[in-house]
Amino acid sequence: MNLKFIAAGVLAISTMGATAQNINGAGATFPNPIYSRWFSEYSQAHPNVHINYQSIGSGGGIRQVSEGTVDFGATDSPMTDEAINSAKVRTMHIPTVLGAVVPVYNLKGITQDLNFSGDVIADIYLGKISKWSDPRIAKDNPGVKFPDASILPVYRSDGSGTSFIFTDFLSKVSPDFKSKVGAAASVKWPTGIGQKGNEGIAGMVRQSPNSFGYVELIYARGNNMQFGSVKNAAGKFVKASTDGVTAAAAAAAKTMPADYRISITNAPGAASYPISSFTWLLIPTKSVDSEKAKALAEFLVWMLDKGEGEAASMTYAPLPKPVQDMVRKSIAQVK
Amino acid sequence: MSLTRMTTEREPGTPLTLPSLAPAQFAAPPGPEPVEAGPSPIREFLSKRGSGRFADSSFAAVMLVCALSIFAIVLFIFFILISRSKLSLTAFGWKFFTREAWDPVAGDFGALPFIFGTLASSFLALLMAVPLALGVAIFLTELCPRPLRAPISFLTELLAAIPSVVYGLWAVFVLVPIMRDNLGPFLYKTLGWTGFFEGSNFGVGLLTAGIILAIMILPIISSLTRDIMTAVPNSQREGVLALGATRWEMIRTGVLRNSRIGIVGAVMLGLGRALGETMAVTMVIGNHPNIGKSLFAPANTLASVIAGEFSEATGDLYLSALIEIGLALFLVTIVVNAIARLMVWAVTRGAPARVA
Repeated sequence: MNLKFIAAGVLAISTMGATAQNINGAGATFPNPIYSRWFSEYSQAHPNVHINYQSIGSGGGIRQVSEGTVDFGATDSPMTDEAINSAKVRTMHIPTVLGAVVPVYNLKGITQDLNFSGDVIADIYLGKISKWSDPRIAKDNPGVKFPDASILPVYRSDGSGTSFIFTDFLSKVSPDFKSKVGAAASVKWPTGIGQKGNEGIAGMVRQSPNSFGYVELIYARGNNMQFGSVKNAAGKFVKASTDGVTAAAAAAAKTMPADYRISITNAPGAASYPISSFTWLLIPTKSVDSEKAKALAEFLVWMLDKGEGEAASMTYAPLPKPVQDMVRKSIAQVK
Repeated sequence: MSLTRMTTEREPGTPLTLPSLAPAQFAAPPGPEPVEAGPSPIREFLSKRGSGRFADSSFAAVMLVCALSIFAIVLFIFFILISRSKLSLTAFGWKFFTREAWDPVAGDFGALPFIFGTLASSFLALLMAVPLALGVAIFLTELCPRPLRAPISFLTELLAAIPSVVYGLWAVFVLVPIMRDNLGPFLYKTLGWTGFFEGSNFGVGLLTAGIILAIMILPIISSLTRDIMTAVPNSQREGVLALGATRWEMIRTGVLRNSRIGIVGAVMLGLGRALGETMAVTMVIGNHPNIGKSLFAPANTLASVIAGEFSEATGDLYLSALIEIGLALFLVTIVVNAIARLMVWAVTRGAPARVA
């Protein structure tokens, strides 16, 4: 009943303005800066297409596109099988760019970049490593003198894709973390203090001595924050960079499933940065309005041709070549 | 609740007795010229301005609709909260409000730590704000030199106009470091034996949230209390002073006693703001669902968990549990207000408000 009304409304609007195509999307906040830039550039080049995007969060994006209230969604964590099965509107995942999460810390007198193994980070958040002077931290950082002070772990209090990527990585490297906490946009943290948003964590870590937190790579770069290197699956400590993230994506691309729902945390390869992830657009597979679907497909092609090239300048990692080729084939199915 | 009710001559429930405006009363003014019977000049003037014989009844009807709309809005909110949280209501029952779990991964939810955090931070705020607000109000109405009165009133009202996110930012950058480096260690040293100041102090936690809430509700309570005290007739003050009371005795018996219902009302309005405050609290409370005695420990509130997790909540049960948290906040507010009503009733029972 409801859907019919919406469909009728959408039809009415689309027939009214046959010249201008309005496409509405909603979802993830993490890729919002680059999406905004893409959509405005695309509108300038194609004056008859207007794409509106509201960054209401991945959860909201999944809900709205599944209900059919927007034309496309966006998410930082792939939809679960359960969410896919209960959705009224079937969608497919289209990866767009990649992001990474980096560990940040505040230690007086330590200016060099620190190294962290995944299991050490997991145990810090589990409360098992409670002091900076713990031998396991020292083992990864030979020659660094750590203070005998309690660690204050800081986490995101709001649900976020950043937390999902971070907990997804920790669940892969620590069985204990997986069973006690698990991977999700918001989880039950055993210890620590929650802060809202990247800015909340950054603010807390900056002013609290001996604290430890995690923020998006873009945020850390944009604010000139010092951040640590993380040990990858090959046993190498890698400092996050767009190259390292794309390397992780390329390594994972070999096992890329057809629906693109893949986690690339802890990816193989010596150059791969382990806490990386794709971010996806959710495109309806069967649109009620074929004109709109066509316009959306044209935008996606533009994104691969032009948009990807701009990603690195905004510190997002572009899709690796093999994935771009896969996506190009998938776009052809959008009807 | 009428805040100035103790100062008006009439109880709000009783309608004013209007003198009957029968035209005959005005029809025969004494004078040499006989006046024709008919509507009085006043009546004519009022009729010309669009007022008619249906004015009273239609006015009453419109006011009734306004009053009923409050019921409709409250019922509608309640209905939506119940219907949207059905999934979680059936999964956890009413035990939801007494469970401590909050694990979105395992799908295990309960509201108790959030209810605790909301109540604890709000009552801490009242504990600090009420004496301070009363002091400000008494000073302004009774003791303040005239030139100082306007600037102090202006500043307290300015505090009420500051957006809560600005309070939050100020708290993060100013209050949290003071709490961590100065106030916290001081409290631990002097009052540590009470057990309320234990554990590690990171500067964020229940106490910091209580302090920032106290600052936020201070202007509401103090400016309302000031208005109430100003409304106490001067004859009351003069009467008490004439009986030989000191200034303090005059304030206590002449002013405070007369305005107590209004003061309770002002405190309740302040509490209402504290219970629902989201932004400033979530920035300093530490957002860790936790029930404990220590005021240094982080906690979480109903409002901040909704604001933080709603946008990214996937899964129907999770969403439904978050809406039930909204229901919990709604119920907490109702219960607290009901208790406040009982308090007012207990204070005023048997004693007419005007008797000092």
